[in-house]
Amino acid sequence: MSAFSQLRLHGVSRRFGGQDALTDLDLTIEAGEFIALLGPSGCGKSTALNCLAGLLPLTAGSIWQDERRIDTLPPERRGFGMVFQSYALFPHLTVRANIAFGLRMRRLPKEETRRRTEEAVRLVRLEDHVDKLPGQLSGGQQQRVAIARAVVFEPSLVLMDEPLSNLDAKLRLEMRTEIRRLHQSLGLTTVYVTHDQEEALSLADRLVVLRKGRVQQIGSPREMHTRPANWHVADFMGYRNLWRGRVEQLDGSRATVESSGHRLLGEAMGDLQDRAEVVVAVRPEDVRVDGPGETRNAMSATIEVVEYQGRELAAEARTDAGQLLHLRTEQRIAPGDQVKLAIDPGRLLVYPADAERTTEDRSDRLTDSAGAPR
Amino acid sequence: MATITQAPPARPPVPTDRRRRVVARPAAWIVWGVVIFFFLNLLGVVASVLVSSFGRRWFDTWLPDGYTTSWYGRAWEEFALLQVIVVTLEVSVLVVGLSLLIGVPAAYVLARRSFPGKRLIFLVFLLPILMPPITYGIPLATVLYKFGLAGNMSGVVLANLVPSVPFVILTMTPFIEQIDPRIESAARMCGAGLRTVFLRVLTPLLVPGILASAILVLVRTVGMFELTFLTAGPDSQTLVVALYYSMSASGIRAQQSVDAMAVIYTSMMLVLLVVALRYVNPTQLVAQVKEDPEH
Amino acid sequence: MSGRPLTHWRHRLAERGVDRQLWLLAPALIFVVALFLYPFFYGLTLSFQPTDGGPFSDYARFFSDAYERDTIWITLRIALPAALLNVLAAVPIAYRMRGRFRGKRLVTTLLVVPITLGTVLTAQGLLNFLGPTGWFNRILLSTNLVDEPVRLTHNYWGVFFSLVITGFPFAFLLVLSYLSGIDPTLERAAATLGADWRRRFTRITLPLLMPGLATTFCLTFVLAFSVFPSAVLVGNPAGETRVISLAAYQAAYEQYDYPYASAIAMIMGFVELVIIALVLGARSRFYTGSTGGKG
Repeated sequence: MSAFSQLRLHGVSRRFGGQDALTDLDLTIEAGEFIALLGPSGCGKSTALNCLAGLLPLTAGSIWQDERRIDTLPPERRGFGMVFQSYALFPHLTVRANIAFGLRMRRLPKEETRRRTEEAVRLVRLEDHVDKLPGQLSGGQQQRVAIARAVVFEPSLVLMDEPLSNLDAKLRLEMRTEIRRLHQSLGLTTVYVTHDQEEALSLADRLVVLRKGRVQQIGSPREMHTRPANWHVADFMGYRNLWRGRVEQLDGSRATVESSGHRLLGEAMGDLQDRAEVVVAVRPEDVRVDGPGETRNAMSATIEVVEYQGRELAAEARTDAGQLLHLRTEQRIAPGDQVKLAIDPGRLLVYPADAERTTEDRSDRLTDSAGAPR
Repeated sequence: MATITQAPPARPPVPTDRRRRVVARPAAWIVWGVVIFFFLNLLGVVASVLVSSFGRRWFDTWLPDGYTTSWYGRAWEEFALLQVIVVTLEVSVLVVGLSLLIGVPAAYVLARRSFPGKRLIFLVFLLPILMPPITYGIPLATVLYKFGLAGNMSGVVLANLVPSVPFVILTMTPFIEQIDPRIESAARMCGAGLRTVFLRVLTPLLVPGILASAILVLVRTVGMFELTFLTAGPDSQTLVVALYYSMSASGIRAQQSVDAMAVIYTSMMLVLLVVALRYVNPTQLVAQVKEDPEH
Repeated sequence: MSGRPLTHWRHRLAERGVDRQLWLLAPALIFVVALFLYPFFYGLTLSFQPTDGGPFSDYARFFSDAYERDTIWITLRIALPAALLNVLAAVPIAYRMRGRFRGKRLVTTLLVVPITLGTVLTAQGLLNFLGPTGWFNRILLSTNLVDEPVRLTHNYWGVFFSLVITGFPFAFLLVLSYLSGIDPTLERAAATLGADWRRRFTRITLPLLMPGLATTFCLTFVLAFSVFPSAVLVGNPAGETRVISLAAYQAAYEQYDYPYASAIAMIMGFVELVIIALVLGARSRFYTGSTGGKG
């Protein structure tokens, strides 16, 4: 139960009757880190968390806490705390008894159990609700109980499985700050699973993006945001414009690409060959509308759909060559408007198209050269 | 068509609407007529036993000549009912306890886990409920006699376990399924071992299910005729078997004292039924089909 | 040295979902093997070891003796119509009653009574109620519907009625719970599309209910097929209600010919399983997925 300085996962894998849910996860967690496992549903992130917790036996690999091998230990002997998506509070126990449960299991003296429970209750500000049953609490309060229950016995590692996904938008933001605050003030080491890239970016020190059970990229939020490792990660990190294309010219790190009737200049990401098939990725907010100055990657387009989103508008436009394009702008535009668009070549990322893309389920996110969504 | 699709919004929607129209339909009267006819006959069946047990002499008249309670005293003596009732209770309590001990852990594994051969195991547990008791009761009794286990109480208890354990498994499974498995995971993450999870978390949450299946097994065991009949010896008859013997040997004893015994059996079952219905709904007494949540 | 293969095995087993928790199944498995499978196969082998003759001579003996062979038809002639009537009568009544109405709980509770009482007590009541001097015949006579008492006990009809009295409530409660498992908005949706109640029933509800009806029929049939006490008590056990379970019982407990009794029990189980397999085979032709109910 003692704190560790490093937790290492070596080739951790989990198969379910011939189906690979998680393949060869290698990860080193330093004490005090906040790590987010990120990916779409079914990517293996929850499997990874459950393997780490000991709730799911591995089918290959090992887990080491410093020099001690722990993947053979049952969950109750690893000394980790866990917060569940559905809170998983004991419905027959009061808030106080729920929080004290972990201390009771460790057979701490009564006095200490009482003191530390009260402390945890204060920490999550539930002083007025200690004698209630979980069913009498709101979703946010239940989540606070779940967090208090997981941290009260000072676990060496706290695991969180999409803890905010059952909350409404406003509460989610509040609890996000709360979780980050607890992580810092208690000096916790946290592994956090989520499918929400914004949540992961704002909380974590390091992100692990998973897809189909495999690690796609491990890095800091900034790296993830600006330089996704492949177009799948880009897709997941909010690059909504993904177009097929073909390399026309390579010039160091710059590539010129022909895509659906446009010649685009962008940043080459990874190993590109001349004439190779590529995927071009652009964030909607990096598409400039009638911007002054920027003239590279210019195209004219017609606005088709506009969504009001507060300070900004999100819009779909179709270029004169027929390519559909997502953009965000603070300018006032309306459906039918003719606009000039431009994209900074530094914000236009060119990825090699992978071999699996024809059978790939997310290839429907790609638009082909005819410009119509496939 | 307006009558079908339109209900004024101020009223509760369709169910009320449907019920109101049912009353107006002649088919509804037929349905209710059949139900009432059925209940009248049922009442006749039960009441004729009851009236007869209090009748001094009843022959070819609407009602007996006079009334007496003396048949009950006679039945009590003649059939050694005290001993029979004690045996019945002992057998039932043993069967309930054992079938819960065997059935609940199995129900837990079957509800929670998937593993090779699970469907086969589930089918094997279902078979004793799908087969008529006489079919497997005769070979079972033969085996039990071979090992000297039949003809006494252990045989009766063992035989009655055969349908009871699957029954517990079937009753408990939905109760276990409705507990979020992550609650158990949470307990383990808090440092509770398997045993503690069972005793401190699962058992308190399963109390309603355990009560329900206990009472259901109790009712079935007290009412179980065939298996007890095949395995009981003279000292290990339950009430329903004693009743059968006294009926098939009628002529030796007055009809009314058999009726008195039947009434004693009936009242015992009705008490159990009233208790049972506090914990389960009527459909559960019949089979494990999910019931609508209105009760 | 054994560390590596051990880890390997643990990983292999983990992939298939096998771990220590499965030991919780052990008591139930031991129980079902010792008290159900072993006796069953013991009976099966015993049936091929007759007291004299070749391995199949007991089966041959059963089928060559018309008195014995006919017990199959006698049983089916009682059980099939009774089960069919119970299920068919239950459908319209349950369809009327599936909504909420005052007294629904009372009706269902009353219906549980005959199931709880069981066949022995029902038999006793029927003897009193339907007998030549019972209330039923008295009503018929006093209303001049008949000139002399109708014979309803100690024959086919006595057994049939006893199966209806215990079987109908059973079927009704099952059908009712299957019906409440069908999302009522489906019928409302059909109504908005212009279907009248008749077509809503035949096109939407009935197809969704069919699998449930098949299951209900099977369970009701199992009950009726194993009819034993009422066949003896209100039937004519030497003649028209000599059912197959009675033949098995007599072989075992009156002739003490256990191989022959086992052979009859096996035949009985086989016939029953054939009928059930036929019904379940037909059932699989219907849609058996979720019916969208809240149950």
